Amino acid sequence: MAEVEGTGAAGSPEAGTGTTSSGWRRPHGPLQRYYGPTAAEAAEAAPDPTDIDGPHFDPEVFLAKVRSECPLGQLLAREAALGREIRALDSDMQTLLYENYNKFISATDTIRKMKVDFRRMEAEMDDLAANMSAISTSSARVSAALQDRHRRGAQLAGVQALLRKLQSLVEVPGRLRRWAAPGADPARALRCHARARAVLRHYRHLPSFRAIEDESHAIMAELARRLRARLRDDTLDPKELTECVEMLLQLEEPPEELCQEFLSHAGARLEAELAALEAELPPAAPPGAAAATPPPASDILDFVDRGSSAFVGTLCLLAASYRSLFAACPGAGDGRLEAFAAALTARYFGLLERRLALERGLGDTSLLVRALDRFHRRLRALLELLPAAGAEAGAALVARAARERVDRYLRALQTFFLGCLGDVRQALAAPRPPGKEGPGLPDLLATLASSVLGQLKAVLAYVQLFTAKDVAFASLPYFKGEFCAEAVREGLVVAFVRWLCRTARGFADGPAERGAPAAPPALLLLLARLCLDYEATTVSYILTLTDEQFPPQDAGPAVTPGPALCAEARGAAQRLLDHYVQVQGAAVAQMLRKSVETRDWLGTVEPRNVRAVMKRVVEDITAIDVQVGQLLEEGVRRAQSSDSSRRAFSVYSSSRAPGRYAPSYTPSAPMDTHLLSNIQKLFSERIDIFSPVEFNKVSVLTGIIKISLKTLLECVRLRTLGRFGLQQVQVDGHYLQLYLWRFAADERVVQGLLDEVAASAAHRCLDPVPMEHSVVELICERG
Amino acid sequence: ARALTPQTAETDAIRFLVGTQSLRYDNQIHIIDFDDENNIINKNVLLHQVGEIWHISTSPADKGVLATCYNKTSDSKVMTCAAVWRMPKELESGSHESPDDSSSNTQTLELLCHLDNTAHGNMACVMWEPMGDGKKIVSLADNNILLWDLQESSAKAVLSSSAALEGKGQLKFTSGRWSPHHNCTQIATANDTTVRGWDTRSMRQIYCIENAHGQLVRDLDFNPNKQYYLASCGDDCKVKFWDTRNVTEPVKTLEEHSHWVWNVRYNHSHDQLILTGSSDSRVILSNMVSISSEPFGHMVDDDELSDQEDQHQEEK
Repeated sequence: MAEVEGTGAAGSPEAGTGTTSSGWRRPHGPLQRYYGPTAAEAAEAAPDPTDIDGPHFDPEVFLAKVRSECPLGQLLAREAALGREIRALDSDMQTLLYENYNKFISATDTIRKMKVDFRRMEAEMDDLAANMSAISTSSARVSAALQDRHRRGAQLAGVQALLRKLQSLVEVPGRLRRWAAPGADPARALRCHARARAVLRHYRHLPSFRAIEDESHAIMAELARRLRARLRDDTLDPKELTECVEMLLQLEEPPEELCQEFLSHAGARLEAELAALEAELPPAAPPGAAAATPPPASDILDFVDRGSSAFVGTLCLLAASYRSLFAACPGAGDGRLEAFAAALTARYFGLLERRLALERGLGDTSLLVRALDRFHRRLRALLELLPAAGAEAGAALVARAARERVDRYLRALQTFFLGCLGDVRQALAAPRPPGKEGPGLPDLLATLASSVLGQLKAVLAYVQLFTAKDVAFASLPYFKGEFCAEAVREGLVVAFVRWLCRTARGFADGPAERGAPAAPPALLLLLARLCLDYEATTVSYILTLTDEQFPPQDAGPAVTPGPALCAEARGAAQRLLDHYVQVQGAAVAQMLRKSVETRDWLGTVEPRNVRAVMKRVVEDITAIDVQVGQLLEEGVRRAQSSDSSRRAFSVYSSSRAPGRYAPSYTPSAPMDTHLLSNIQKLFSERIDIFSPVEFNKVSVLTGIIKISLKTLLECVRLRTLGRFGLQQVQVDGHYLQLYLWRFAADERVVQGLLDEVAASAAHRCLDPVPMEHSVVELICERG
Repeated sequence: ARALTPQTAETDAIRFLVGTQSLRYDNQIHIIDFDDENNIINKNVLLHQVGEIWHISTSPADKGVLATCYNKTSDSKVMTCAAVWRMPKELESGSHESPDDSSSNTQTLELLCHLDNTAHGNMACVMWEPMGDGKKIVSLADNNILLWDLQESSAKAVLSSSAALEGKGQLKFTSGRWSPHHNCTQIATANDTTVRGWDTRSMRQIYCIENAHGQLVRDLDFNPNKQYYLASCGDDCKVKFWDTRNVTEPVKTLEEHSHWVWNVRYNHSHDQLILTGSSDSRVILSNMVSISSEPFGHMVDDDELSDQEDQHQEEK
C-alpha cells in the first residue's frame, strides 16, 4: 500500500484522479519553494526518508527499517493501521469530488451567458467612438477661434504686473523718505531699500531708474548719516547701540569703521561705569597717608554687586552683540574685542583691588566672601564669552583678596595675643590688697591659653568660609590646594605659632637688657609654661584641627611638620625658663652683691643676728618657689641624708690654722695646702652656674640658688674681712644652708657653694677666728 | 692674684708682671719670662710690701717702671692706693738667670711716687698713656677720673686734671682703658652696667653706653687696629663688641662663659683673637674674624678657636 502511495506522489502529477495526497501537495510545492524559509527548514532538518508524511519519504528505506526493527506483531498492526488510513483517504477524496462537480456546472452556465452579452456591447461601443470624434472636432474649432483673444489677455496681465512693480519702484523713494524720517521706522526703510536695491542696480542704465536709485541712495545716505550721529550719542544704551550698528551694517557701511565706532562707544560707556565705581573709592592717597582714609560709604558686597551688574553686565552684553554683529566681517577680527575687553577688565580689577584694599578692618568675612563669590560668578560668565578677558587676573584677584584677609587675621591674632599678654601683665602688676590673693598664675595661664586658642579657632572658622562648598571660587585649584596648605596652614596657623614662640623668646632675648621695660619674671614663667604646653599638646591639636578643616592635598606644597613647630616651642620655652632663672637669680644676686659691697666688713661688730638681707633672700626664694610651683611640676630631688641640714659648718675652722701655711710664697713651698685645695677644686665636679634648667620646680630653684650663691662667693672674695666679718659670713652662710637646701635638687650644690663662700671668707680674713658652731646655730635658730 | 700685665715697653721678650694678693704675708710682684722657643717659664720675684695688689700696669716707655693699685689695711680700714714703682735695673729685662730658690734673693721695688688719693677714694686702676713717653697716667678712684703728670723722671706726680661722675647713688668706676687711637685722647671707663667714653683733653664724656651689660661691667679693651671698636665683658656672662660711633646696639655678643667674665683682651697684633677669663674657671680664646681688621677669610684657621682649657685663672 505504501509503495503505491509513494510512486503516485513522486512520479505522476497529472494522474490526479488516483491519489489524494499528491493533489494536496502539488499547489504547496511552488509555494513552499517561494517561501524559502520553510524549504530551507526542510532542507535543514535532516531528510528523514522514514517519515511517511515527509517530502523525502522513501518506501524502500521505510520498509527495510520497519522490517528490520519491528517484531511481527507490530508489523501486522502497522499494516492494519495503514490499510485503515488509506481507506479513509479514499472516501474523503470522493466526497470532495462530488461537492466540486456542482460548482463546475454552474460555472459553465455562467460563461455561456456572458458570451451573449458581449456581443451587444460591442455595437454600443462603436456608437460611442463616433460621438467622441464629433465632439473633438467641434472643440478644436472653438479653441482655434478663442486662441487669439486668450493670448492678448495673458499679455495684458503680464504688462499689468510689470506696471505694478514699476509703480512700487517709483514709490520707493517716497516710502523711504517716510520711514527714514527722524522718529519713524528706519528698520522698515532698510527692508524696503534692501528689496528695491537689487532691481535698481540691475536697471540703473535706464535714466528713470537711475534717478530713482540716486534718490533712494541719497535718502539712505541721509539715514546712515543720522544713524552715525546717533551712534556718537552717548546716551545710547547697549541695545539701541546694537540696533543702530546693525542697521548701519545693512546699509553696507564699512564694517571696519563701524567696529571701531562700536568699540569706542562701548568703551566710553564702560568707562563711564568704571568712573562711577571709581567715584565711590576715596582718591588714591599717596602711600603713607593711606591710614587716615575714611571708611567707604558702601560695603564691599554692595560695591561688587554694582560693579558686576553695571560693568560686567554691560561688557557681556556688548561683547555678545559685537560677536553677533561682526561675526561675518573679516576686518573685525577677534583680537580687537579681546584686547578691548582685557584693557577694561584690567581697569575694573584695578578698581576692585583698590576697593578690597580698603577693607582694612576685619569686618564681616562672610560679606567679603559673598562679594568675592559674586564677582567670581559674574566674571566666569564674562569669561565664557571672552576667554581672553583675564581669567587668571580675576582668579588671582580673588586669591589675593583671600590671602590678604588671611594675613589680616594673622595680624589680628597677633594683636589679640599681645592684648592678652597686656592683660596678663596688668593682672600681674596690679597691686594686690594684702590678704587677698589676685588671680593665680595657673588661672592666668588657663585664661591666656584658652582665649588664644578660642580666637584661633574662630579665625579658622572665618577663614573656612573661603572654602565653603557653596562658594563658586572655592573650586578653583588654588583654593583647594595652595590656599589650604600655604595660606591657611602655613600663612596663618604655623606663622602664628611661630610668631608666638618668637614673641615669647623676644621677652627673653631682647628688651630685658636694653631699653624697653623688662618683662616681669612671672610673665616669663607664664610664657615658658605656655610654650611648653604648646609643645606638648596645643601645636599638634591646632595642626590637626587645621588639617581637618582644610584638608591638605596629597601633592600639595611641603608644609611645616608638627614636630618642627613643637621643637620651636620647646626652644622658646627653654629660653624663657633659662631667662626666668637668670632674671630671678640676678635679682637675688644683685641684692647679695650690694649687701656685700656696701658693708664695712673690717669694722663690723660681733654678729648677733642673721643679716636682714639673708632673710630677705630666703623670703624671695620661697616666693619664687611658690610661684614656680604654681606652674611647674615638682621634679626629682637627689636623695639625701636626713640630717643634712645639721651638717657641721666647719670645713675651714679645723684646717685653716695659720700655722699650716708655708711661711711665704717662695718657690720653696709650692705645694702649700691652699694651693692643693685649689687644685682639688679644679678637678672636682664643676658647677655650671648659668646652665640650662629643666622644666620642673626643683631645677629652676636650683638654678636660681646657684646663681645667687656664686655671686655671694665672688663678692666675698673681693672684700677684706675682719674677724667679725668672717663670723657674720659664717652665720649668714649657715642660715642660708638651713633654709635653702630644701629648694635645691642636690643639696650638695648648696653645701659646696656655701663651703666655698666660707672658705673664701676665711681666706680673705685678716684675723680668721671662726665662731663656735653651736653659737652659729643658736643665732640662726633665733633669727 | 688678680693683677697681671704685660711689660708693655719690652718689645722682644714675652714678659708679664703678676701681683700677688695676700692679707697676711708680704705681697710680691712676679716677673714671668716666657721663652717661647724653648717653652720655658722663668720667674723673678720682687717684694711689694705695702699691701695686696689689685691692679698692675706698666709704663709704655720705660721697662722698669710700673704702677700698682694696692690695698692698705690700717686698723679696721681698707684703703686702695696707687703708686708708681721702679724695679731694679738688672730685672728690667730679666736677662739674668733666675737665682735658685732662695727667699733671700728677693729684691724690693723702689717707690717713685704715690698717687695721692686721700681726697678721691679707692683707686680701681691705673692706666698709662698707651703711645706716650710714660709721663701721663690716668687713675680711676671711686667716681673720679684723675689725670696725672709724672715729673722729675716720675719722682713726682702732679694732678693735672680730673673729672667726677655725678649721679644718684654711689657711682664707682670698676675699670677703664686708654684708647691707643685718636692721639691717645680717649679713655673708656666702666661703672656698674654703663660704659663711658671720655676725652682726656676736656675731661668730658663723649659717649655713653647705658646698660652695656645686664649686670656689672668688669672689663674693657680697645681693638688695637680698629679705632672705634671696643670689647666689654661683665657679670651677665657675655662679651660684647661695640662700635663707639653707634652705641645703641652691640656689634656682636658672645655668650660662651657660664659665669661672670672678669677680663677681656685683644691680641695686640691679631685683633681677631680675643681672650676672656671668667669665674666659671675657663679662659676662652675666640677668633672673631668678621669684626676684626683682618680681611675676612684671610686667616688660615678661621675656625673659632675655643680653647677651653680648664685653667683656673685666678688661683690664690
